Amino acid sequence: MHTKTIVELYKGLKNKDFSCVELTQYYLSRINQSRLNAFITVTDELALVQAQVADDKIALGNASILTGIPYAHKDIFCTKGVKTSAGSKMLDTFIAPYNATVSQKLNQVNLVMLGKTNMDEFAMGSSNENSFYNAVKNPWNYSKIPGGSSGGSAASVAGGLSCFATGTDTGGSIRQPASLCGITGLKPTYGRISRYGIIAYASSFDQAGVMTKTSQDAAIVLNVMAGFDEKDSTSSEQKVPDYTTNLNNSLQGLTIGLPKEFFLSGLDNEVANNIMFAVKEFESMGATVKEVSLPNSVYAIPTYYIIASCECSSNLSRLDGVRYGYRSKESKNLEDLYLSSRSEGFGEEVKRRIMIGTYALSTGYYDAYYLKAQKVRRLISNDFKKVFEKVDVIMGPVSPTIAFDLGSVKDPVSMYLADIYTLSVNLAGLPGMSIPVGFAQNLPVGLQLIGNYWSESKLLNIAHQFQLQTDWHLRIPQEC
Amino acid sequence: MEWETIIGLEIHVQLNTKSKIFSSALTKYGKRPNSQACAVDLGLPGVLPVLNVEAVNKAIRFGVAINAHINKRNVFDRKNYFYPDLPKGYQISQMDWPIVGKGKIEIILGSQTKVIGITRAHLEEDAGKSIHDMFDNNTAIDLNRAGIPLLEIVSEPDMRSAKEAVAYTKKIHTLVQYIDICDGNMQEGSFRCDANISIRPKGQKELSTRAELKNINSFKFLERAINFEVRRQKDILEEGEKVVQETRLYDSVKNETRSMRLKEETNDYRYFPDPDLLPVEISNELLEKVKQTLPELPDQKKIRFVAELGLSEYDADVLTSQKSLADYFEVMLENNIVNTKLCANWVMGELSAALNKHQIDIQNSPITAQALLLLISRISDDTISVKTAKDVFKYMWDSKNSADEIIRVKGLKQMTNISEIEVIIEQVIANNTLQVSQFKLGNNKILGFFIGKIMKLASGKVNPKQVNELLRKKLL
Repeated sequence: MHTKTIVELYKGLKNKDFSCVELTQYYLSRINQSRLNAFITVTDELALVQAQVADDKIALGNASILTGIPYAHKDIFCTKGVKTSAGSKMLDTFIAPYNATVSQKLNQVNLVMLGKTNMDEFAMGSSNENSFYNAVKNPWNYSKIPGGSSGGSAASVAGGLSCFATGTDTGGSIRQPASLCGITGLKPTYGRISRYGIIAYASSFDQAGVMTKTSQDAAIVLNVMAGFDEKDSTSSEQKVPDYTTNLNNSLQGLTIGLPKEFFLSGLDNEVANNIMFAVKEFESMGATVKEVSLPNSVYAIPTYYIIASCECSSNLSRLDGVRYGYRSKESKNLEDLYLSSRSEGFGEEVKRRIMIGTYALSTGYYDAYYLKAQKVRRLISNDFKKVFEKVDVIMGPVSPTIAFDLGSVKDPVSMYLADIYTLSVNLAGLPGMSIPVGFAQNLPVGLQLIGNYWSESKLLNIAHQFQLQTDWHLRIPQEC
Repeated sequence: MEWETIIGLEIHVQLNTKSKIFSSALTKYGKRPNSQACAVDLGLPGVLPVLNVEAVNKAIRFGVAINAHINKRNVFDRKNYFYPDLPKGYQISQMDWPIVGKGKIEIILGSQTKVIGITRAHLEEDAGKSIHDMFDNNTAIDLNRAGIPLLEIVSEPDMRSAKEAVAYTKKIHTLVQYIDICDGNMQEGSFRCDANISIRPKGQKELSTRAELKNINSFKFLERAINFEVRRQKDILEEGEKVVQETRLYDSVKNETRSMRLKEETNDYRYFPDPDLLPVEISNELLEKVKQTLPELPDQKKIRFVAELGLSEYDADVLTSQKSLADYFEVMLENNIVNTKLCANWVMGELSAALNKHQIDIQNSPITAQALLLLISRISDDTISVKTAKDVFKYMWDSKNSADEIIRVKGLKQMTNISEIEVIIEQVIANNTLQVSQFKLGNNKILGFFIGKIMKLASGKVNPKQVNELLRKKLL
């Protein structure tokens, strides 16, 4: 049952093959037995209440396709009355008093929330090892990282602990773990989904998205999550289409761009082979391939880490131990309260980025770092604009390697390199997707699809057509 | 040595919007602590600011009223610093692209007028309040004020004396109330002022090191604080010492300024554009609309009072100095029955004196404009004398009854029947034969004696002018 997609579970619920309460109990017992450490909080009581409500709706014939589907919610989305920690000691005791817009929208369609998933602290990390609640394991190999920061969500879906999961992607946090765990992940265009109630890491990049078993499921969930929100000034008023409508369009005549900068040294050979194999599959479906160039994407890592760190240094200032969250017991005066609470409450990587950002915004450095980075950011966006005049979609790797060993990467800069192919998409605010396209050393490899602004429908169509022809997305880890 | 004082002012104007600048929480003053602070004002994780368009409109009103440049694209920045009453750890303000650019204001000092340049005016959110004296060893935080929209108006260092600074501040204070962007209440902190002060040897071009005086909340204190600070700096320089750049607090009880923090201790605010808010785009249509809805401004009103109502410059100046005063006066003129000068005299005289004495704002005057108008019209139509009117005014103030009601109940109506008055006059003449003979010998001053007696006998209910005429006839 845990291998079923949203579409399959919907049929089962509708046909009364199983009740939503049964389905929820089944998932809860799997979570209970799991050693993946995918969840920070399991909301079993709430889930069973929601399941009963869903069953009542189904009995009355009022069910929609998402009614009663059990999902896992990244612990970065505020959920009223439920602990919302963002993976940090700082918020270990924080019970959100309000719902994020996404949480509210998911509640409205009577989904069943199984719990809140593990993540890198404040979404800063690429391995999920930066969590106060310890690392998540990769369902394909328990000694490997699941990717990050939405590692708990990815492991939960890949490991059959939830039918789908939510994620957020600031620099690759949906696509990279989706790739390393062999599931489908979509980060929409910046502004497509409201950020209200998502604990902010880097505001001009943060974007919520979905992590699912199939592209079709992703389309179904995106239909609910997307849309303008008057509580988020940066959300877009762009009309929300039905993302399932174009899933079955033919790919005949599709032009794929392969950026040469994505295939230079540093890319694992086996990963490259899998990517090229998938591209060939698209060619056989009627697509043509072009080599393109994103010349400024080589600056993506420093550009991203400067701007994101600047924004986070300010966004995390509210976590000062004064009104909520962790407060050091040692403090003697106000300055001490700030220093001790923040020193003890934040993890190493978070403190590192706060320091970088504070430094880069300081008088005398602002122009050289922040302003310069913003200029490069514009150049990177312009690169994409030019390429999209010639191609419909850009394809390439998501991650330069397959999932690596837990604890093996200790140097932060080496860790930042894991984001080399995902960051430029966030810098430009474009939609990106990861879909499973093969295996290397028994670990999944993901293909990245990058679309033009507001082309989620197209990306989902491309991914769906691929998944009709292949079965990589149907593979299940042995231990699960 | 002769010194020249250089003053620049930063005025913080709380905009009178219903809700806060970035949240929907209300902005009423004096509510239970933290009862007007929502998730956004508390800076909870995940919340986002949404700009209140009313605050933008009010800022534009100010810009248009002073003929300033309006930045059609203006940007909100984050000013980062830690303080317990600053919930987000940053204040949303405007740094490089303020909504209002350069403009100017004309002030009057005696017979001189002077133009004071305005550098900029930008929108920002107010911080909360730290209350240090409510609990032992604990500081309480009230976030009701957090997020109230402020317009910070920054002047050029164009003022040369405390008097000029006060005139400038009063002018802005009047203006913001006229254009209905601020209630002007200084006690409640709706209108606050910081002053940058330095002195330099007369003739020197470059500016000297300045001190910044924080949070001055009355015109009187502004004048005193500046004068104190100028004296302090003079003493330092004349001793051959140097003024240090610092922030100083004015203590109104001791009438002195004292150091709050040195420049080196100030924060590096690490300003950068707030990524949660889009740049504000102001269309020509909106600008045009604001221009059209702008009311008559104080300077325009003053010119009109002189030209159309025939008031003196001085009267016009006084009557337009506060919007509420001008409003009151203009309500009296609506019916156009009594003479304008008489109305002006009563508003500036009896009414203002009584309001001052009782420390009441004119909006809360126990005597409304209509009520005062009725009283004045009873002077014009000879129902009562000016002297009686002053008594009636006092009764009205205490009882809130109408002038007519008081005149009727107390029987204050003047005698209009000539024969009745003549009876009294004849009685007084008969009882004072000695004085009559003195008058006949040419002592005209003695007339006052008669009038006094007559008025007393008539309990003041006669028109002295009329008595004078009748008396002369009888005596001759």
